[in-house]
Parts: sequence; C-alpha cells; structure tokens
Amino acid sequence: MAKIINPHENEAGLIKSASNPIHRRSFLKYSGAGIALSALFLAGCNNNDDDEIDYSQDMVNLGSGDVGILNYAFALEQLEAAFYTQVVANKYSGMTDLETAVLTDIRDHEIAHREFFRAAIPASARIKDLTPDFSTINFADKTSVLTTAKTFEDLGVAAYNGAGKLFTDTGDGLTYLTLAGKIVSVEARHAAEIRDLISNGTFANSEVIDAMGMDQALMPAQVLAAAGAFIKNQIVATGLPQ
Amino acid sequence: MNIFNLIREIEKVDPEVYERLDSRRAIFKHFAGFGKKLTAAAVPLAFGSMLNKAYGQTSTGRSVTQVLEFAYLLENLEAEFYKQAVTAASSVGAPAIAVTALTTIRDHEIAHVNFLKSALGASAPMYTAASFDYSAKGNLTDTFTNYGTMLAVAQAFEDTGVRAYKGQAGYLVSNNEVLEAALKIHSVEARHAAHIRRMRRDGQSAAVKPWITGKDLGGLPALVQPIYNGEEVTTQANVPITGIMSGGVTISAAAASEAFDEPLTTEEVTAIVTPFLA
Repeated sequence: MAKIINPHENEAGLIKSASNPIHRRSFLKYSGAGIALSALFLAGCNNNDDDEIDYSQDMVNLGSGDVGILNYAFALEQLEAAFYTQVVANKYSGMTDLETAVLTDIRDHEIAHREFFRAAIPASARIKDLTPDFSTINFADKTSVLTTAKTFEDLGVAAYNGAGKLFTDTGDGLTYLTLAGKIVSVEARHAAEIRDLISNGTFANSEVIDAMGMDQALMPAQVLAAAGAFIKNQIVATGLPQ
Repeated sequence: MNIFNLIREIEKVDPEVYERLDSRRAIFKHFAGFGKKLTAAAVPLAFGSMLNKAYGQTSTGRSVTQVLEFAYLLENLEAEFYKQAVTAASSVGAPAIAVTALTTIRDHEIAHVNFLKSALGASAPMYTAASFDYSAKGNLTDTFTNYGTMLAVAQAFEDTGVRAYKGQAGYLVSNNEVLEAALKIHSVEARHAAHIRRMRRDGQSAAVKPWITGKDLGGLPALVQPIYNGEEVTTQANVPITGIMSGGVTISAAAASEAFDEPLTTEEVTAIVTPFLA
C-alpha cells in the first residue's frame, strides 16, 4: 500500500493541500487509487474523522432520471438545513433580533424543504443523510456565517434554475418542475435578504444577475463542485445529465 | 403537398427545426413512415401536430409564444411602473439607497422587456406608459406621490410576477432555452420581491418579511388580496409541511407556507393585472 505514496514526496506539503476538502477529494479522484490508499495515509490527510473511512459508505450516488434530480435537491437542502441549524444554535456575536428572526425563518424553511424531499422521494431510491463539513466556517463570526449563507443561497437558486429543464416532460416532470419552482423563488428571497444583511442593496447585483437581468443557472456538476467543499461524503452525480 | 419543401421553408427562418422536431435523420425516417400509413389528407394534420410539439403547443393550448406575450405584458407593466417610480422617488422622500435599489430593479425589468421583445420578434405588441393605469381604475390615488403606496404597488407587482412565471413554466417544457430563461427571470423577480418587502419592513414599519406568510396582505390594499390567495398552502405533493419535527424544531403553519411560493394561473394573473391596464 505504501508504495503508492512517493517516499520523496514532501509529506507536509501533501497534508497541507489535502486538508482542504476539495483538494483532498480531487487528489483521491485523480490518483486512481482512492480505495487502495492506506488508512495510515488517510489519517495524515485529515485530522477529523476520516481515519476510519469506509468508501462504500462515503460515496453517495444520486442516481439518475427525475429521482436523481430530486436526490440532488435533497442533498442541497440537507446542506442548507444543517448549516442554518448550526447558525441558530451557535449565534455569532452581535446577532441582532432581526437577524435572529431572519436566520431562524430560513432555518425552518430549509428544514421544511429537506423533510419534504425526504417524504417525497421513495425510500428505496433516496440518498442517505449526508455528513456536512463546516470546518471552514467560523460560526462565531458574522461575516463568515453570512458569506457562507450567501454562497449557499445563490448556489441553490442557480441549481434549481439549471435543474428545471432536466426533469422529464411527463406529467410527473411537470409536477417536479412546479415543485422546484415553488422552492427556488423562496431560495431567491433568502439570497436577497442574506445579501442585504451583508450590504443593503446587493440583493440582485452584477455578481449574480447578468446584463439581460437574468439570474444564474448551473448544471449539477458545477453546483456539486462548489457544494462538495461542505460535504464529507463524495457525491456521485454521473447518472445525472452532464 | 410536399412536406420536405415545407420543412426546408421553415428551416430558412428556423435553422434548428430539425433539432426541434427530432434529429434530422429521425425526422426523415418518421415522415417516410407517415407516407406509408397516412392518406394524403391526413398528412398535414400529422405534420401540424409535430410542429405543435416542436414549437411548444401544449395539450391545454398555451403555446410558448403565448407565454412570452403574457410575460412581455407583465414585464412592461413593471418596467413602466419603475421608470415613473425612479423619477418620482426622491421627491416623495425615498432615501438615496432606495432610489438606487429602485433603479437596479427598473433596469432589470427593462432588460426583461428587451429580452422578451427580441424573442417575440415582429409580433411583439407595442406598450408605453400610456398602456397602463397605475391608479388601478382610481382605487389608488397616490401611487407616485406617496412613497408608502409606491412600495406597496411595487411589492404587489413583484409578488405577482413571481407567481405568474411559476404558473407559466409548465407550458415551456418543450423548449429548454425559453424555460431556463424564464426560470432565470423568475428568481430575479423573487429577489426584487424580497428587497421591496425589506424596504417596507425597515423603512415603512410594515409587518412583512422578505417571504410571504400565509396569504397575508402585509398592509397592502384589500383589492390586491387575489395576489396572495392560495399562498397559505401548507401541504406539498400530499406531504404535510406543518408539524414536521426535526432536531427539536417544529415547522409552524406560517413557516410551512413561507417555505413554498405558489403559482397563479393565467386567468388569476389576468384578473389581477387587468385593473392596471389603461
């Protein structure tokens, strides 16, 4: 096993880059030896709980078709709900009453979305509960929390906007498109309010809205590349339209 | 009737006709089959139904073009409103940051108008400020002279826009480009709605949140109640949202309604905007 690690490799450097979840995952993905890596090496990669990692458990396959898209939405809602639950449970210093009310509302909306998908997706096809990785977020710091919230909300909007066309054109597809539509505008309301909490007037600035007055739309692979940094599990989206 | 000539004619104005119908190869195979099975008289009918599928005629009879025209009307209603609102805002006491926000929104609505105009091409109707009546047939006497009324009308238009696009999206599934464009406009309208509501909450002491609670009017005149009717839904796809318990949190009916915005039908939106048409 040890032979896959170049003995001349600067181990400190490897560990440094590997401590970033994106880099760690990319490294495992492209090493072509993810499963063969020794537990010893993994222990060096991450000082959290990856040392007893089981890759069959760690991989989460979203599946394909409309259920795959619903699992994709379920994954994003899990991430958001877990984030806001922690935000409200560990308030950053100086959180105003208004901010508390706003963030608590958003937490409840995201829990509602998450539990809706849990109930709506057949258990046999539904992905498991994901393990978030919020190690890069300082929950005591307003800027860290609101910046992350902005990332999640803008990403959620772009994800639903991009997913609309991926549902099949059947009666069920229309149902799912309508449901996604019901959720995406609430995510957009969240995005606007979070942005305004950071800086009033940035609800729809040129970071997210183009010259045609249109919001972002992203494909699952693009969204998961960004969201993956906050999820310990490796999300497999190869069954979704690329 | 020579169908291949007909398709070639369509191809001159729409080079993607083959992709819309099917792939080029599949479509010729398709027609080859038709030729054998159908009588000459039935061919135009079959061809028409294929075009309807290609260009988005739905079974309920609402075409992509009809949706675009409908959106075009709504965007013009908003754009002309914000043009006047931005001009009037300072003189009715709007702070500078509010004027900036109204200007941002105005520019988005104008961009939406321009996008839809180009999508509709020569068939786009002509709208001007004179096309609209922002007094709603005399029900609102101070739309542009009272800052509170101005924001209330803005909220009414934005929340209507969000619900209107939601209701039309299903008619666009045959055309992914238009569907995605509509969704990208839809979420911008929702961002606008949230910000206008925030402006009313923070500047006007209005009891509103950036999201819609129940079918609450948020202090708007009762005549716009139809904009909020139906928003109080707390069950989605047969899943009751109220009462969901998770991690010590119980979802209230208020949160359950806020978490999902509801669509409006074409007829409902038409009834809402009709008083605002001159």
